[in-house]
Amino acid sequence: MSTNAKDLRNPLKRARGLGSAQFGVSHWWTQRVTAVGLVLLGLWLVITVLGLQHADYATARATMAKPWNAVLLVAFLITSLWHAVLGLQVVIEDYVHTRWKEVFLMVAIKFLAVLGALAGALAVLRIALGA
Amino acid sequence: MADTQRPLSPHLQIYKWQVQMVTSILHRATGIVLAVGTLLIVWGMLSLAAGEDAFNQFKVCMGSPLGMIVMIGWSWAFFYHLCNGVRHLVQDAGAGYAISQFVRSSWLSVIISMVLTLLVWVYVLTAGGAA
Repeated sequence: MSTNAKDLRNPLKRARGLGSAQFGVSHWWTQRVTAVGLVLLGLWLVITVLGLQHADYATARATMAKPWNAVLLVAFLITSLWHAVLGLQVVIEDYVHTRWKEVFLMVAIKFLAVLGALAGALAVLRIALGA
Repeated sequence: MADTQRPLSPHLQIYKWQVQMVTSILHRATGIVLAVGTLLIVWGMLSLAAGEDAFNQFKVCMGSPLGMIVMIGWSWAFFYHLCNGVRHLVQDAGAGYAISQFVRSSWLSVIISMVLTLLVWVYVLTAGGAA
């Protein structure tokens, strides 16, 4: 058991998970770092897609299959979904006040984000490897 | 709705509307839109990996009237969240907190995002028809 003399909370409060969970700083920083990444990756994606607007299927696929594009695309998907989970978490914490709905939504967005990232990464791998 | 009984702060209709409120609300709203939009990007990647028929189907969906509305909405949500996100990063660094600066940067986020959206769609529509 933690015996931090400066912690004024009753041990029962800590055991019940009330009060700060001690993850706030890493949440804040991860949100900002992914944001900086998404400024660059998002602009890259929009410019790349705009360049492909009249491309036929073979050209579009060949462009996305280039190593740099494939890497940046997977980076965009992971960073974007990570940033989205952190942001949606705050929205849910702010507006969903019924505990079971809050927990359900928190878990659901994480499942969806991980499935989305895996499905997207697999798709990019298939495109890049020609499978 | 809520299963906890706590005093509530006054709701939105109590306050006089100010641009700083609008940018804050829009940042959340566009964030939610972009989270869903990322799943559309995953869908596009999956169809590109699945083959020419699947990809053409995706392009037909995106080129339909509803698809165009979604894409125009996505592009503005993207540029708004980008501009206002950069504004937040500047504020996180401790700059731009004087009320006049705060109001001006709010308007800049709204106006620059609309200009960028307009430029992209002028480019798309003049470069030989919709995607």
